[in-house]
Amino acid sequence: MNSMTSDGYITADGRQIGGKLMELKNITLRFGGVVAIKDISFDIRQGEIRAIIGPNGAGKSSMLNVVSGFYHPQEGEVWFKGQRRQPMKPHQVAGLGVARTFQNIALFDGMSVLDNIMTGRLKKMKAGFLSQAIWWGKAEREENENRAAVERIIDFLEIQNIRKTPVGRLPYGLKKRVELARALAAEPQLLLLDEPMAGMNVEEKEDMSRFILDVNDEFGTTICLIEHDMGVVMDLSDRVVVMDYGRKIGDGTPDEVRNNQQVIDAYLGVAHE
Amino acid sequence: MLYREAGDFKTSYRDDSQTFPIKLERWGYYAVVALAFAVVPFVINDYWASAVLVPFLIYAIAAIGLNILTGYAGQVSLGTGGFMAVGAYSVYKLMTAFPDVSLLIHVVLAGIITAIVGVLFGLPSLRIKGFYLAVATLAAQFFLVWLFNKVPWFYNYSASGQITAPTRTFMGEAISGPAASAPAKYLVCLSFAFLVAWMARNLTRGSIGRKWMAIRDMDIAAEIIGVNPLRAKLSAFAVSSFFIGMAGALLFAVYLGAAEVGEAFGINKSFLVLFMIIIGGLGSIFGSFAGAAFLVLLPVLLKNLLVGNLGWPTDLAAHIELMIVGALIVTFLIVEPHGLARLWSLTKEKLRLWPFPH
Repeated sequence: MNSMTSDGYITADGRQIGGKLMELKNITLRFGGVVAIKDISFDIRQGEIRAIIGPNGAGKSSMLNVVSGFYHPQEGEVWFKGQRRQPMKPHQVAGLGVARTFQNIALFDGMSVLDNIMTGRLKKMKAGFLSQAIWWGKAEREENENRAAVERIIDFLEIQNIRKTPVGRLPYGLKKRVELARALAAEPQLLLLDEPMAGMNVEEKEDMSRFILDVNDEFGTTICLIEHDMGVVMDLSDRVVVMDYGRKIGDGTPDEVRNNQQVIDAYLGVAHE
Repeated sequence: MLYREAGDFKTSYRDDSQTFPIKLERWGYYAVVALAFAVVPFVINDYWASAVLVPFLIYAIAAIGLNILTGYAGQVSLGTGGFMAVGAYSVYKLMTAFPDVSLLIHVVLAGIITAIVGVLFGLPSLRIKGFYLAVATLAAQFFLVWLFNKVPWFYNYSASGQITAPTRTFMGEAISGPAASAPAKYLVCLSFAFLVAWMARNLTRGSIGRKWMAIRDMDIAAEIIGVNPLRAKLSAFAVSSFFIGMAGALLFAVYLGAAEVGEAFGINKSFLVLFMIIIGGLGSIFGSFAGAAFLVLLPVLLKNLLVGNLGWPTDLAAHIELMIVGALIVTFLIVEPHGLARLWSLTKEKLRLWPFPH
């Protein structure tokens, strides 16, 4: 990493990364007696691709849920866009500019691809009840404007041919892509991807990697992702947080993390006396 | 050859998202509406109105209402009969308290009162789901029927405990009470059914409808996307009860003329409307009409066949009829669990390619 400052840094491939978009300070999360996350601090910077990795049960998904606002940590502070985030209901967080995808796909099976992606824009649709009931004025105008925005994302992710297909009929790889489309439709500043490539074959992984890089490149979206495929993580991300047993054991560029002794121990195991 | 998308170009999102995107379908819809409004009223007789068309239209409204709640928002309800009773008793109290106001306004007001009651009984849905919610709405059913039986104020202290619809007119024509003619009753119910179907379609295709369906399909994901579950569920209860209340009001004021709550709005009604949407198709406006038609027409058809054509005694025919309807429902659910609406959409998919399916 070249010259890390508070304003940002330049990545290995020459992209300018900005200041802190989100900062987590001394987060501790407990479920009853189980400590899922223990005193973790890290930041996510404007425009970067940040990865969270770690062995199974390390607390990665819990961490992502803290970032997305679904869990409220018992201790620590979450700062987003320079403001401390107060505990709030999950449906309120969506309005702040954080969108996410899920480890096990969480699409709405009974609705078409188009409708699923349109749900990503629900926070932007404000037409009143009456206007919608008679489908006149604001409701219709708003629907068509948002449809145009959704169609741009459909074009971007190359899913034009399935837009009217019910989601339940799609193969796994496409479902993952539709879920990404739904998250993108909200035009988030921070996009959280929970294992975007789990269960995919090599071609699907390549496609997904390309889309993630393109999203970051074209929309300037900051991305935070959890992934198990080390090759993908090391290639995609600018900086990596490594977790093990709820603690942070490494943080830095892929190269720094790869050579970190604690990380190697966590993945390969160490001999205990 | 006629049922084709080809050549029917859409150049705006507005055209692409219309209800009937295919030309033939669109013209078919206009034809049916024109027929229903402009031709049927002139040929309808008392038998057709009271045995077939008026109950069909009223139950279609109730089925659309329940379909919004159960089919679109995924909240199972067994309180339909109770909510119809709220509509009926509201319209009765309004009719007798304000005789000068038009019945049509009273029906809408009755719907609004039912919507408020529906929201109250919908509050538990925030905590309980599925079968447990069904049981909670069952409690609403029994409580409401009990209430209307027990408190004489609701039936204006009449000796029989019944409510009887007084005659009310609209543009000089009686639309309720014994003097109402078949075309008048039919037209009132048709207008309400048409408006309700149109509003339901509009609501379900916009952002409110997507919120409902998101809650139905996966409530946690819906919440993370930004759907407020409280508002989504309660708005579904409100809209659903509004329609069901109007159906109850029409059933009492226009169709039955007199009603006793336990008999007219008992648990049987709840099941009847639930069967209609299951057979018709959950989450489909067309399915609501199809289900209502199926369960209203089938008994009439069977009765005509058994008593009229085969000459069976009426009581025997009545029992056999129940058995046949029951067996048909079971068979139907095994053959096509997604209902008549699904059957219809499969037919349409086949028709698009016919006669060259490959």
